Amino acid sequence: MKISIDGLHKAFESRIRLGIMSALAVNDRIDFSSLKEFLEVTDGNLASHLKALEKAAFIGVEKSFIDRKPNTKYFMTTEGKKAFNYHLVALEKLIKSQK
Amino acid sequence: MKKEQDYIQDIAEIRSMMERSSKFLSLSGWAGIMAGIYALLGAYIAYTFLNFDPDELFYISSGSPSSGLLEVILLAFIILILALGTAVFLSYERAGKRNEKLWNPTAKKLLVNIMVPLVVGGILIFFMITKGLIGLVAPFSLLFYGLALFNAGKYTYQEVKILGLIEIILGLIGSWFVEYGLLFWALGFGVVHIIYGIHMNFKYEK
Repeated sequence: MKISIDGLHKAFESRIRLGIMSALAVNDRIDFSSLKEFLEVTDGNLASHLKALEKAAFIGVEKSFIDRKPNTKYFMTTEGKKAFNYHLVALEKLIKSQK
Repeated sequence: MKKEQDYIQDIAEIRSMMERSSKFLSLSGWAGIMAGIYALLGAYIAYTFLNFDPDELFYISSGSPSSGLLEVILLAFIILILALGTAVFLSYERAGKRNEKLWNPTAKKLLVNIMVPLVVGGILIFFMITKGLIGLVAPFSLLFYGLALFNAGKYTYQEVKILGLIEIILGLIGSWFVEYGLLFWALGFGVVHIIYGIHMNFKYEK
């Protein structure tokens, strides 16, 4: 996928997407409503960002039913972990180089 | 192009999200202080009014170590409910201040990790009481409480882990020196809780 010259991934330009990845980095699985609570965003907004990350194959989706209600859980893929780590390293380098 | 400020903000955001989504940080230091006070009062009542101070492991032939073992158990339950009730109430207030809900996924994780060792310990202690192993009741309650805190430490402030270790050590010492069981219990549930609470209050709520 697109990586800009400074090594920062385009997919992580949005704070919300960055937030989703951060939460998934430290949790095995998180469901939609918990993510919504952590990020304080609307359903539609969160859904569109999740879709984008899913399209990039950075996160995976697990659908199940709890008491007949649909329950969607998200997790980070190996590829997502790699990209996220790479992004963190790039951020660190940028800050250091600008000092 | 983003500026350095933005990158620093990005990193701050990442850190905060990682912490918020994995740790329950609405615990109040006051809950520890109050629990310690209840425990000291309870130990005092048990010792002076109910004459509870077991100095032997077994009480089968010689009967009950206390004039009212049942009263002591009831007292222990009241302390437990008071301490838990205070902790939940104060956490609820703090979560409100932090703009978070009390019952979130991290609270659930914390509770499950506390409950497993605690319930196992509770059942074991109930068995010990019915078999007359009264001398080990106080140290074992310290031991399992400590294990529960140590286990739950990864889902909240790391100080909880240290608190757990201290309770475990006091429980072990109390198991060896059974005659000082109640003293170590008062030390662990009372004094240590109060010190922990004051430390947490200064560190995170000031």
